[in-house]
Amino acid sequence: MIHTLLLATQVLHAPHVDYVAILPELILIGGALLLMLGSSLSSSRPAPGTWSGFTVVVAAASIGASWYLWDQVSRHGPQETVHNAVAVDGFSTLFLILIGVALLLGSLVADGYLRREGLDGPEFYVLAMLSGAGGMFMSVANDLIVVFLGLETLSIALYVLAGYHTRRKESSEAAIKYFVLGAFSSAIFLYGIALVYGATGSTNLVSIATYLSQNVIVTNGILLAGIAMLIVGLGFKVAAAPFHNWSPDVYQGSPTPVTGYMAAVAKAAGFAGLLRVLFSAFGSMRTDWQPVIVVLAALTLVVGAVGAMVQTDVKRLLAYSSINHAGFVLVGLAAATTAGISGSLYYLFTYTFVVIGSFGVVSVVGRHGDGRHQLEDYRGLARRNPFLAAVFALLLLAQSGVPFTTGFLAKFYVISSAVQARSYPLAILSILTAVVGAYYYLRLIFIMYSSPAGEAEAVAVELMITDVAVSTGAGTTLVEEVDEVVVLAETEAGPPELEVPTSTALVLTLTGLFTVAFGLVPGTIVNFAHQATLLVH
Amino acid sequence: MSSVLAAASTIPFSTGTGGFGFPILPAIVVLPAIAAAAVALFVPRHRPDVAKVVGAVISVAVAGLAIAMAVRFRTGTPGYQFGVEHSWISAFGIQWKLGVDGISVFLVTVTAVVFPVAILGAPVTRDPKSYVGWMLLLEAACLGSFLALDVFLFFLFFELTLPPMYMLIGRWGGPKRSYAALKFFLYTFAGSALMLISLLVLAYLHDRTYGHLTFDVIALTTQQHLSTDTGILLFLGFAIAFAVKVPVFPFHTWLPDAQAEASTGGSIVLAAVMFNLGTYGLVRFCLEMFPRAAVALAPLMLTLGAVGIVYGFLVAVVQTDLKRMIAYTLVGDLGVIVVGLFAFTRQGLSGGVYQMVNHGVSMGAMFLLIGVVVDRFGTGDLRRMGGLQSNAPLMAALFMVVTLSVVGVPGLNGFIGEFLLLIGTFVTHRWWAVAATVGVILAALVFLWAYQQIFHGQPKERDRPAMADIGRRELLAVAPLVVLIVILGVYPRPFLDRINPSANRIIAHVSALTNQAEPAVATGARP
Repeated sequence: MIHTLLLATQVLHAPHVDYVAILPELILIGGALLLMLGSSLSSSRPAPGTWSGFTVVVAAASIGASWYLWDQVSRHGPQETVHNAVAVDGFSTLFLILIGVALLLGSLVADGYLRREGLDGPEFYVLAMLSGAGGMFMSVANDLIVVFLGLETLSIALYVLAGYHTRRKESSEAAIKYFVLGAFSSAIFLYGIALVYGATGSTNLVSIATYLSQNVIVTNGILLAGIAMLIVGLGFKVAAAPFHNWSPDVYQGSPTPVTGYMAAVAKAAGFAGLLRVLFSAFGSMRTDWQPVIVVLAALTLVVGAVGAMVQTDVKRLLAYSSINHAGFVLVGLAAATTAGISGSLYYLFTYTFVVIGSFGVVSVVGRHGDGRHQLEDYRGLARRNPFLAAVFALLLLAQSGVPFTTGFLAKFYVISSAVQARSYPLAILSILTAVVGAYYYLRLIFIMYSSPAGEAEAVAVELMITDVAVSTGAGTTLVEEVDEVVVLAETEAGPPELEVPTSTALVLTLTGLFTVAFGLVPGTIVNFAHQATLLVH
Repeated sequence: MSSVLAAASTIPFSTGTGGFGFPILPAIVVLPAIAAAAVALFVPRHRPDVAKVVGAVISVAVAGLAIAMAVRFRTGTPGYQFGVEHSWISAFGIQWKLGVDGISVFLVTVTAVVFPVAILGAPVTRDPKSYVGWMLLLEAACLGSFLALDVFLFFLFFELTLPPMYMLIGRWGGPKRSYAALKFFLYTFAGSALMLISLLVLAYLHDRTYGHLTFDVIALTTQQHLSTDTGILLFLGFAIAFAVKVPVFPFHTWLPDAQAEASTGGSIVLAAVMFNLGTYGLVRFCLEMFPRAAVALAPLMLTLGAVGIVYGFLVAVVQTDLKRMIAYTLVGDLGVIVVGLFAFTRQGLSGGVYQMVNHGVSMGAMFLLIGVVVDRFGTGDLRRMGGLQSNAPLMAALFMVVTLSVVGVPGLNGFIGEFLLLIGTFVTHRWWAVAATVGVILAALVFLWAYQQIFHGQPKERDRPAMADIGRRELLAVAPLVVLIVILGVYPRPFLDRINPSANRIIAHVSALTNQAEPAVATGARP
C-alpha cells in the first residue's frame, strides 16, 4: 500500500517553484496568516492602528517585491515559471504594483472608518490581504486554472468584506447579493474553462495560443462558447454591462472603504484576467471576440453614464460612474492594439488612485453608521470641511476628464487608440458619455459648493433637462422664470463638524497629489503603461 | 496631389527670448497659474485682502509682460516669434510648444489687459479668495490657449477654461446662475468633444502618411495630404467646437443666460476673452489647417454669420434686461467677425482679427460699465432705468465713448476694424457685406437706444436716493480700456503692421492650396 503510494508520488512531479516570482503574493498571504495567528495568540488588544499599520507594511513590502520583479523584467525580459502557470512580465508586474498600492491606500482608509464604526479588528485586514493576493494571482496567471483560483480567492474574501458591517442590513444584503451572483458568474467562468480545454486540450494560455496557431479548427462552436463564457465571467467581475446589475447595490451596501477597495482591485484584477486571456490565448481569434468587446464597451459606457445621471445616492452614483469607467477601459481593449492595451492599463492605474480617494471622502462624509450618502448630505460640504470638498472636487474633475489631471490623459489615451484603430463610432460614443459624465460630476461638485439652503440646484437641473430637450436654437430665453430664493445662509444648521482621521487625510492628500502631479507630468506613467504592454506575449 | 504637397511651405518659427532674458511666453502662461495655486493653497480664508493683492499684482504684472511682448514683436514677419518647444509626452509626440504670431499677439495682450480690469474693477464680497483663484486660473488657461502651438496643448488649455468659468458663473452670478453655468459647461464641453476626435484623427492621418505622430500645429498646417472630403469632416469637428464657443448662430443659446447671470467680472471675461477664443480657433485651426474644406464650407459659415447678425440684433431690440440685450448684440457682433474671416481676403481677415481685439477692449469696458449701471439701479431691467445722466455725468460720458466705439464711429477703434472687414468682404462676397452692414446699423440702433433708456429722461423710481457717479476704482479699471479704444482708433498702424503679415500668410496659404482645386475662389482671394 505504502509502496504504491510512493510510486504514485514519484509519478506526480511537483513543478519547480520559483518563489521569487510569486513573492508579492506570498508576502501578502504570509502577512495575512501572521496577522491572524498573532492576533489569536495574543490576549491583549494592541494599540489602535496596529493592524492597519501592519497591513500597510506588508503591502509596502509586496510593492517592493513587485518593483524588484519589474526591474528584473526590464533587464532580462519576461519569463514563465511554476510550470508555465505564472507569467512574470511587465503586464503582470504593473498589476502587482497596482493592487499593492490599492491595498495600502485601502487599509489606511479603512482604519479610521473601522474605528469610528467600532468594528476594528484584524479580520478585516486579513481578508483584504487575502483578496489582494487573489487579485495578484489573477494578474500573473498564465493558466486558466490559476486565473480561476485567483478569481475565487479574491471574490470569497470580498464577499465577506462586503458584509463586514454586520449592524447594517444593507451590508449583509450586499454580501448575499454579491455572493450569489458572484458564485454564479464563477460557475460560468469555470464552465468556459472546461469548454476551452475540451476544444484545445490545454488550460495553459500559451499552449492554447500555440494550438490555435498550428491547427485550423473547422467547427469551433465549442471554443467560441467557451470564450464567450470566459468573457461573461470576467465581465461580471469588472461590472461590464449587461453583467453590471449587482454593482450599484453591492457598492451601496458594502462598508465604504470596502467599496473603494473593491472598485479598484476587483476591477483591476478582472481586467488583468480579461486582457491576458483574450490577448495571450485567443490573440489569433481577434476577429471573433473583438465585435463582442465593442458591443460590451458601448453598452457599458451608456449604461454607466445614463445610470449615474439619475442617482441621488452618492455611492450608487459612483457605482454607475465606475461602470462608465469600465466602459472606457473596454474601449482600449476593443481597439485590440498595443496602444489600446496601454491606454487601458494607464486608465486602470490612474483610476485606482481616483476611486480610492473618492470613496475615502465618501466614507468620512457617511459619518457614524455609514448612512449619509444622499446628494443632499453633501450640500455645503465646502463650508463644513474645505479640505474634503476640495479633494473630492479634484477627484471628481479627474473622473470627468478635466485637463491637467490624470483623468484627462486616461480618456485621451483610450479614445486615441480607438481613433487609431478607426473605430470612430465607439470613440464618439465614449466622448459623448464623458460629456454626460461631466454633468453628474459637476452637479455633485456644485452641491458641495452651494449654500446649505434652497432648492436652486434641483430646479436648475430640471430646467436644464427640459431646455436641452426643447431648445432647437430658436428660443429667446428658456422656459418661464423660476422663482428661486437663494439664501446665503451664514448660519449652519447642519450636522456637527466632520472628523477626518489622519490616515484618511493622508490617503486623500496622496491621491490628490498623484492626480495633479501626473496630470501635469504624465510621461512616467505613460511610459510605465507602454512598457507593460510591450512585454505581453 | 504631389504638386499640392510641393506647394505647402513651412511657417517660420523663431525661437528665442527676443531680448527679454527669460522665456517670455511661458512666463505669461505660468505666472497666473502659479499665483492661482498659491492663492488656493497658502492664502487663509479669513485674509481675502491678501488674495486680492496677489490677484491685482500678478494680473497687472502679466499685462505688463504681454504689452512688452507686443511692443518687442518684430513687424513684417509672418511667422511665430518668441517660440519655445520642449518634448512633453513623448509617447504621443506631444510637445510643450508656444509661439505667437500676428493673429494671436494682440489677442494675448487684450486678454492680459482685461483680466486685471475684471479682477480690480469688479471685486466680489462673497469668498474673494476663491474668486481671485479661479480668475487667475482662467487667465492662465485663456493665455495658454492663444499661445499653444501644439493641438493637444491647445485643447488642454481650451478645456481648462471651462471649470473656472463654470465656477465664476455658478458661484458668483445672478439668481439663475447654477442653471446658466451648467448650460454653459455642457454646451461647450459637448462642442469640444467633437474637436478631440477631429484632432486625433488629424494626428493619426498625419502619422499614417508621414510616419510619425505629432500634434504640432505647424506640421499639421503644412501637411496637405488630406482629401477635401476628410478635410470637411475634420473641419466640422473643429468648427462646431469653436462655433459653440464664439458662439455662431444656432449654437448661441447658452450665451444670453451665461452673460446675464454671470457676475460683472465673469461677464467681462466672457465677453472680452472667451469669445475671442472661438474666433481665434476658427482662424488658427479651421482656416489654416483645412483651407480647402474652409473654402468649400465658406458659404455655410457666411450664411450662419449673416443670420447671426440679423437675428442677434433683432432679438436684442426686444430685450428688456440690459445684460441680456447686450448679450444678444454679441451674437450679432461676432457674426460680423465670422463673415469677415470667411471672406478669404487679406483685408477681411486682418479686419476680422482687428475686430476681435476691438471686441475684447470695447466689450470688456462695456460690461464693466453695465455692471456699474446695474449696481446703481439695483436692477437690470431697462424699463426701470432712466435719468442717470444728471447724477452720473462721467459715467454717461464713458458709456457714450464705449457705445460709439462698438457701433464703429470714425476715430474710435470699431471703425477701423469694421471698415477693413466690410471692404474685404465686399470684394468677394457682396451680399454678405450688405448683411454685415445692416448689422452695423442695427448695432447703432440697439446701443443708442439702450443709452437713452439708461441715461436720458427722468428717473423712473423717484423714491430712490441720488445715485453715485462712477467710483474711483471703477474709473481706474475702465481707463486703460478707454485709452486703448482711442489709440486703436486713431493710430492703427503699429497694430496692423503686426497683424497683416500673418493674415497675408494665411490667405496666401489658402489661395495657394485652393488654386489647383478651385480657381474661382482663388481669383477672389487676391486683393
